[in-house]
Amino acid sequence: MNRINKLFQEKKNILSIYYTAGYPNLGDTVAIAEELERSGADLLEIGFPYSDPVADGPVIQASSKAALDAGMTLKLLFEQLKDLRKTVSIPVLLMGYVNPLLQYGVANFCKSCAEVGVDGCIVPDLPMAEYEELYANDFKQYDLTNIFLVTPQTAPERIQKIDSLSNGFIYLLSSSATTGQNLQVSEGTEAYFSRIAALKLKNPTMIGFGISSKETFDKACQYANGAIIGSAFVKNLKSDDVSGSVKDFMKTFKP
Amino acid sequence: MNYFVNEKGYFGDFGGAYIPEMLYPNVEELRTKYLEIIADEGFQKEFHQLLKDYVGRPSPLYLAKRLSQKYGANIFLKREDLNHTGAHKINNTIGQILVAERLGKKRIIAETGAGQHGVATATVCALRGLECVVYMGEIDIQRQAPNVARMKMLGAKVVSATSGSKTLKDATNEAMRDWINNPIDTHYIIGSVVGPHPYPDMVATFQSIISEETKKQLIEQTVNDQPDYVLACVGGGSNAMGMFYHFINDEKVKLIAIEAAGKGVDSGHSAATTALGKEGVLHGSRSILMQTEDGQVIEPYSISAGLDYPGVGPQHAHLFKTLRAQYVSVTDDEALQAGLLLTQLEGIIPAIESAHALAYLEKMKFTGNENVVICLSGRGDKDMDTYMKYFGL
Ligand SMILES: Cc1ncc(COP(=O)(O)O)c(C=O)c1O
Repeated sequence: MNRINKLFQEKKNILSIYYTAGYPNLGDTVAIAEELERSGADLLEIGFPYSDPVADGPVIQASSKAALDAGMTLKLLFEQLKDLRKTVSIPVLLMGYVNPLLQYGVANFCKSCAEVGVDGCIVPDLPMAEYEELYANDFKQYDLTNIFLVTPQTAPERIQKIDSLSNGFIYLLSSSATTGQNLQVSEGTEAYFSRIAALKLKNPTMIGFGISSKETFDKACQYANGAIIGSAFVKNLKSDDVSGSVKDFMKTFKP
Repeated sequence: MNYFVNEKGYFGDFGGAYIPEMLYPNVEELRTKYLEIIADEGFQKEFHQLLKDYVGRPSPLYLAKRLSQKYGANIFLKREDLNHTGAHKINNTIGQILVAERLGKKRIIAETGAGQHGVATATVCALRGLECVVYMGEIDIQRQAPNVARMKMLGAKVVSATSGSKTLKDATNEAMRDWINNPIDTHYIIGSVVGPHPYPDMVATFQSIISEETKKQLIEQTVNDQPDYVLACVGGGSNAMGMFYHFINDEKVKLIAIEAAGKGVDSGHSAATTALGKEGVLHGSRSILMQTEDGQVIEPYSISAGLDYPGVGPQHAHLFKTLRAQYVSVTDDEALQAGLLLTQLEGIIPAIESAHALAYLEKMKFTGNENVVICLSGRGDKDMDTYMKYFGL
């Protein structure tokens, strides 16, 4: 069984942290992963940066740009992750946009993921139909998970279809928004989360986008198997004290 | 060979809808409804009425005698510069505002480079009483000041895009982010034949009025509706697609698309997408774009804000790959000289974008009686600052 499925079998209230590879310093990628595991993170999403991140708000736009300016590429990221599994045991996903993936080659990307022990990826602008038709086999061959997003506007039939193509978890967006805004659980959000719960999906769910505090994390966990923190974590990283700033941030979640 | 969109939203290998899930409901709504909306008789009537009475169509097809004499061919200018608001962009915004109304949208967003599309969008929003927000790169706001003022006077909110190269690409990113954050009541009026399916096909359909009229006008003015050459400049490619549209299946007609070489194709300061680009995904469709080996988009350069874009629409990528159209480029200098030449020979000051198409005449060889149609996509009022600085006027 892969690491992701195992995690969801064994744990509730899963805390997943997103951060951008190569930020705040180009060489920080693996050190941050190690520190996050030590500090209690259950799952990691490492962003590979892209020049035109349309789904991202200002914080992740800025971290992506800084990482690119420092020289981050997919190729370099896989080199950095070469010995990942010597020190990190929690599941790791890569997250990014489709164009860098296409240039690297999707089959090649899947192979590199398998080689370094990455468990899957999240590529918001890779359409479901193209994934199914052109790339699903590559993912299967290397036992990688492809994570799909669902928003409050996603139609029920489409959610069912996404569920049938998924084999890890489904990424629920708290609202239709770019990253880095605050989750406000209104009646509408609750109704949406309840609607999802009523669909009895075969995959577990994680709530992301807008989770910024222990309070919003706990709220999200009422409706899903866990939640994902991105911008709030990235914003807190200090380039001159990376491991200290990771520890401090994580203390509020895992005291 | 099929040069048009297929049922999956592709032009050959190009197109599709590479968008995050947050945009899917909006784009899907448009995809499932646009053909029906546009085919509706009431829509067609209203669209053509507005094009006639409000935009001032049909735009003239003008045989430029002195220009023809200079180059030794019959050169016809399709005068999109005479449209209300000064460019071809309004053909598309009229069409899309009518679509937006039929989708029940209350708020309109747009991106703009030269400001022509922003002005055309702000104009139709004023006309129909809809809220309008236009994203424009910080650098373009500076170099196209008159258009910024026009948009504001028309009641639009102009938002400066300060990321990346601070030009059209970044304005497009910001507009897409706005659409993600406003998933219910907003329609995004994309200004060129780019973006996720169905935009490239929808915008081409609205712009196809250019070649539809041209064919009729050619029959009136020459012996047939088959010119030897059809030329247009390409930023994202909407005036070119409109100009090519009804000639595409007539393989006797040679189609030439002119891109902006900036300071030279190999100078590192260029926007000649097909010369410098590779296949990939930008702004929601698979096409050709300028990018690094790692798939990062390269920031383009052109003196012309409307051509300063690192990609081309997917239908252009298809016409390029199948060799149906020829893709060439001219530099800033060549374009500005061609702009001055047209002004002094014909008394028409062209937009710098359109001047790129004119500049290619210098590189063509004629035997004397070829018929050449050039899309004069816009007028040069917005570019007076650039012309004045360049020529020391
Ligand atoms: C006058 C004019 N021509 C051409 C263009 C380029 O756009 P497209 O390639 O979509 O026609 C612009 C864009 O702003 C424009 O203003």
